[in-house]
Amino acid sequence: MKKKLITCLLLCLPLFAHAAGDVHLEKADINLENKSSLRHGAKLFVNYCLSCHSASMMRYSRVGQGLGLTDDQVLDNLMFVANFDFDKLEEGEAKKIGELMTVALRKEDGEKYFGTPVPDLTLTARAKGADWLYTYLTTFYVDSKRPFGVNNTTFSNVGMPHVLWELDGLKDRVPKKDADGKVMKDKDGHEIMELVRITEGTMSDAEYKRAVTDLVNFMVYMAEPIQLERQRTGIFVMFFLIILFLLAYMLKKEYWKDVH
Amino acid sequence: MNMMMALLGWVDDRFPLTKLWKEHLSEYYAPKNFNFWYYFGSLALLVLVIQIVSGIFLTIHYKPDASLDASGIPEAFKSVEYIMRDVEWGWFIRYMHSTGASAFFIVVYLHMFRGLIYGSYRKPRELIWIFGVFIYLALMAEGFFGYLLPWGQMSYWGAQVIVNLFAAVPFGIGEPLSEWIRGDFVISDATLNRFFAFHVIAVPLVLIMLIAAHIMALHEVGSGNPDGIEIKKNKGPDGIPLDGIPFHPYYTVKDILGVVVFLIGFFAVVFFAPTMFGYFIEVPNFEPANPLKTPDHIAPVWYYTPFYAMLRAVPPMFGSQFPGVIVMGAAIVVLFFLPWIDRSPVKSIRYKDLRTKLALAGFVVSFIWLGYLGVVSASPVKTMIAQCATLVYFGYFLYMPYYSRTEITSSMFRAPLVALYSIVTLGIIWYWWAGEVSAEITAVISLFTLAYTTYFLILPAYVVPAVVKPVPERVTK
Repeated sequence: MKKKLITCLLLCLPLFAHAAGDVHLEKADINLENKSSLRHGAKLFVNYCLSCHSASMMRYSRVGQGLGLTDDQVLDNLMFVANFDFDKLEEGEAKKIGELMTVALRKEDGEKYFGTPVPDLTLTARAKGADWLYTYLTTFYVDSKRPFGVNNTTFSNVGMPHVLWELDGLKDRVPKKDADGKVMKDKDGHEIMELVRITEGTMSDAEYKRAVTDLVNFMVYMAEPIQLERQRTGIFVMFFLIILFLLAYMLKKEYWKDVH
Repeated sequence: MNMMMALLGWVDDRFPLTKLWKEHLSEYYAPKNFNFWYYFGSLALLVLVIQIVSGIFLTIHYKPDASLDASGIPEAFKSVEYIMRDVEWGWFIRYMHSTGASAFFIVVYLHMFRGLIYGSYRKPRELIWIFGVFIYLALMAEGFFGYLLPWGQMSYWGAQVIVNLFAAVPFGIGEPLSEWIRGDFVISDATLNRFFAFHVIAVPLVLIMLIAAHIMALHEVGSGNPDGIEIKKNKGPDGIPLDGIPFHPYYTVKDILGVVVFLIGFFAVVFFAPTMFGYFIEVPNFEPANPLKTPDHIAPVWYYTPFYAMLRAVPPMFGSQFPGVIVMGAAIVVLFFLPWIDRSPVKSIRYKDLRTKLALAGFVVSFIWLGYLGVVSASPVKTMIAQCATLVYFGYFLYMPYYSRTEITSSMFRAPLVALYSIVTLGIIWYWWAGEVSAEITAVISLFTLAYTTYFLILPAYVVPAVVKPVPERVTK
């Protein structure tokens, strides 16, 4: 019986030979335990992303919990007027910590400005993955044919401008050359392209990559704020079940002693 | 104690409480030689309870509403995220429910496989098997309706694809039929609301009634066992089967052990990999449903993919996808006939011959291959493999009357049926050679198919009948 089972499993082995993905993704080196990285990411997020994108399923209070910030710190440092419903502000309503991370930009205006609806970012890290986000934010390049003057190798013809360009500087997309100065080609004969920096940003290359990592880290936290607690709880549950298994095993053995 | 006994007596005079307890637990005699494969019935019951309890908590907070809020997020999608974030332990309830859906199918597939290897469907257990196949169908419907509720991209487009299958029904029935199912011309708020009703009340009611019938029929005839022996044929002087032991306490304590092992796996997924790498919760479902943006690749959840692969394997005929729908439906309908197409004098695989074991192995391998092919996007070679796997899947059932019987009997149906199966097989091979796949691959797959048909159909029908081993009187260890 065992041999046959193994044979069956072997017959299914080719199933795992399948490799996925067409765009090469860089690995995002994120760490949800790193609170200072999360805070830096949150700062970048509310300053650069939350002007057009909403994160409307996330509460500011939850940001504070995950980042180890007090409600007052969040109210003073992360909640901006631009992210609020203007009508409410005119009525003199104070901002509240339990507020969702909405955005003042109206949906229909966003669609008019960018030619496509501006997606909500609450769950983007789960829908696209941390590596995709990291790669995407580091692969903008100058393209005069695009309305905002930039394009992206990870998400071609993206509607979003390079919001972080001041930090990153600008890059150009040119054919890659080998040591002899010859243009490199892939096995299908297409030129291999690479991105080269043409203007410096306020950050060095390493600093920018660190900043994007922090931003992605925050977005991963935001996509599932419970994840660290979930894993911690899981360890206790496993521990409990293993004890229960030992007891159940002894109980079964005791009862089945008289069955022959 | 006397008070308790008096109370029990009072109840027993009015309701058969003690009688039910004895009939179904303390004096229900089950064979003592149940092995690993016999855990999955009780586990299926456990998962049902998990789904119902977690489902009740989810309905308390979920909103079946497709309208968009100010940020452009559908209310239904938002309410799921509300459960994940703002409801105390909501994430736990939701992950239990999403993991439970996949666990249900894992457990049920293993439970059905047990039935196949030990002949649990054979006389006198035909009705248990038939109720079981209906449970499987109801479970697929339940999963399908439930999958729309989070209102993510895959929810929406998956439902779109499946409801459109009904639109493939010819004679002008299809379009109105699919509109009737959706309640609209596209998947919309109306569809979401009715699927919610089906998912939380209509199908669960049917499921529970079918499960009750399944267990009642089982306890009427008694459980089978890995030897395929009827334990009721060997009774002691007290009328109790010699190889039987009371279900309670023996199998209750044994099943508790199974439950704990199952829960270790179940909660490992819930706490450490709730999406199971995109197989239990598909990644595109983290994007809200968008009727204007079709995902690049629409794949149903893993437990439907074998049937989805069959659907895609059948090319459109006469400008209609309907033949594929028929094949997909037939793949399930064929299960109903199993008790009558198995002609072997023995029930258990332990006493059957190598050919029968190979046919079953082929069935399992083809099912897994189809499951894989339904996940990935199609290509000409993959389609050819899917077609071959579909033939092997059906071959297991359609050729069974021949490879399972121990003598070559000539009936009036034998020649026409064998001719029909052979013509269909040759027709498919001819179709492969007309296709664009390289000659080497086509030759390998054609040869395999021819060998399969010869070995499992032609030879047993005319030349070599099955050989079975003698079945012992009493159950073995």
